[in-house]
Amino acid sequence: MRRAAPLVAAALLAMALVGALALGPLRLPVGDVLGALGQLAGLSLQADPQALAVVGSLRLPRALLAALAGAVFGLAGAMTQGLFRNPLADPGVLGIAGGASLGAVSAIFFGVASLSVWALPATGFVGGLAAALLVSRIARSDGRTPVATLLLAGIAVNALAMSLTGILVYASDDRQLRDISLWLMGSVGGATPLRIWILVPFAALLLAGLPFFARGLDALMLGEREAVHLGIGIETLKAGVIGCVALAVGAVVSCVGPIGFVGLVVPHIARMILGPGHRLLLPVSALASAALLVAADTFARLAVAPAELPVGLVTAAIGAPFFAAMVARSKRRLAL
Amino acid sequence: MISAVQVGLRVGSKGLLDDVNLEINAGTFLGLVGPNGAGKSTLLRLLAGEQRATRGAVSIAGRKLAQWSGAELARRRAVLPQQSAVAFEIAVRDVVELGRLPHESLVSRAQNAAAVARALQDADVAHLETRSYATLSGGEQQRVQLARVLAQIDGVPAPALLLDEPTASLDLSHQHRVLQTARRIAEAGAAVVAVLHDLFTASLYCDRIAVISKGRIVADATPTVALDEATVKSVFEMDSRWVEAGTRRALLAFKGDGSP
Repeated sequence: MRRAAPLVAAALLAMALVGALALGPLRLPVGDVLGALGQLAGLSLQADPQALAVVGSLRLPRALLAALAGAVFGLAGAMTQGLFRNPLADPGVLGIAGGASLGAVSAIFFGVASLSVWALPATGFVGGLAAALLVSRIARSDGRTPVATLLLAGIAVNALAMSLTGILVYASDDRQLRDISLWLMGSVGGATPLRIWILVPFAALLLAGLPFFARGLDALMLGEREAVHLGIGIETLKAGVIGCVALAVGAVVSCVGPIGFVGLVVPHIARMILGPGHRLLLPVSALASAALLVAADTFARLAVAPAELPVGLVTAAIGAPFFAAMVARSKRRLAL
Repeated sequence: MISAVQVGLRVGSKGLLDDVNLEINAGTFLGLVGPNGAGKSTLLRLLAGEQRATRGAVSIAGRKLAQWSGAELARRRAVLPQQSAVAFEIAVRDVVELGRLPHESLVSRAQNAAAVARALQDADVAHLETRSYATLSGGEQQRVQLARVLAQIDGVPAPALLLDEPTASLDLSHQHRVLQTARRIAEAGAAVVAVLHDLFTASLYCDRIAVISKGRIVADATPTVALDEATVKSVFEMDSRWVEAGTRRALLAFKGDGSP
């Protein structure tokens, strides 16, 4: 069961992706979807031209962006929970989402966002990174970064970012308000191949560090001192996790908005099923979160067609009941 | 094997340890005893390399701690902390397996599994293997942590084992059992240092006792020499008498004539 989990999660992601490519105003047979994918990959040349156009230029970029964003949220969430030794932590604790939101809302408020399609993601990315830097700067003393201090610094910076965001929202006009609240709900609708390519190195950064992080976070379950005794360079581990999570989540949030819930709940559910070992937990969280976000986005496109729901609302609506059921089932084990 | 030369530690204007000299050879089981706040756990932290001494230096196998990498050190010495809170729902076996982390890429899977099995046996927690760590009693948790550090030094030639109050929350039988295990490990070639409170079990199982008082080592010898009546009286404010315990001798400490 535990061994097969990555395969199950990968299968879920594959199903979610095929569903995302097949479903929409024009429903495509799975065969046409696979044919179009084959031609896009250069394997065959017999795809249905209409399917090729719909899949290639519309649905595939969007599905890939959702998968990439979901994977980063899931991985970053699982890593942050491991770092804080707390199943309720998510990258939000590091101030990334708060800072990115402040950056993006400022861009909308001051009209920078309308100058270029890149202005909003850029300010969001800078905001998220600045907040994470500020949090780790505040928490750092004597070359050490105690996680308890990090948590408190994160709360302070988040509160500041939220209140500044609130001031901008309060002073916004109606049109800005609509743009702001849509951005804050999150969407993968703005997918373009270029955006995906820009996110790939950030996601790759997280993936590349995965074996190192998994080992360190496993030892950290025992406590910081214990991890040091097991030969883990604890400050390197913390700096690495915080740095990679801030970069990757900052980049993704600036592209798709602060889609909550995925990064918190998917790792949590995965941990309930698999146990807390990060070598299995991290890849499964990434794959399952990607699957959840792709499925949620497909639902968001279909539910009120031809309009669209913000995908952040859908992830919470799908995830929350499932999460509640899991909690209820394991209530006895949690009440220690 | 483990040696501390003129080790001192000052934090701010407060001197916590002063001029500590210790040499613990392979095959020795040293008990570190002393009243609360004397500096036992602090000294153990310095020996573990967790905290840097402000004076002097600690070496393991002739090499100063600063010259060891964290990973190298983890393959040579293990540390049992006083208390450990483990995050998340984790099975006992998984906790003990984490002890193999420093070795896992260097030895075979089967060897790691065998080391874990031996450690579970030695700490008498094999029957708890599949239980969740969080559901165990304090004493059981402490034995699981002991199993973890035993797994860490399994198969290591001449390892160093540092135990901070390994018997603190154990029942009587397990207190003796744990110290017997520590002694056996020392006899197999390890240098073992344990911070202990109970002079009876310390004097019964350790082959050397170092008495710490106010940050200094005031006695360091075989138990009968280190724990003589005068030292016990001046350091612990206790009267004492050596008694027969099985085939060995142990120190019985009491206050006055025993009346309240």
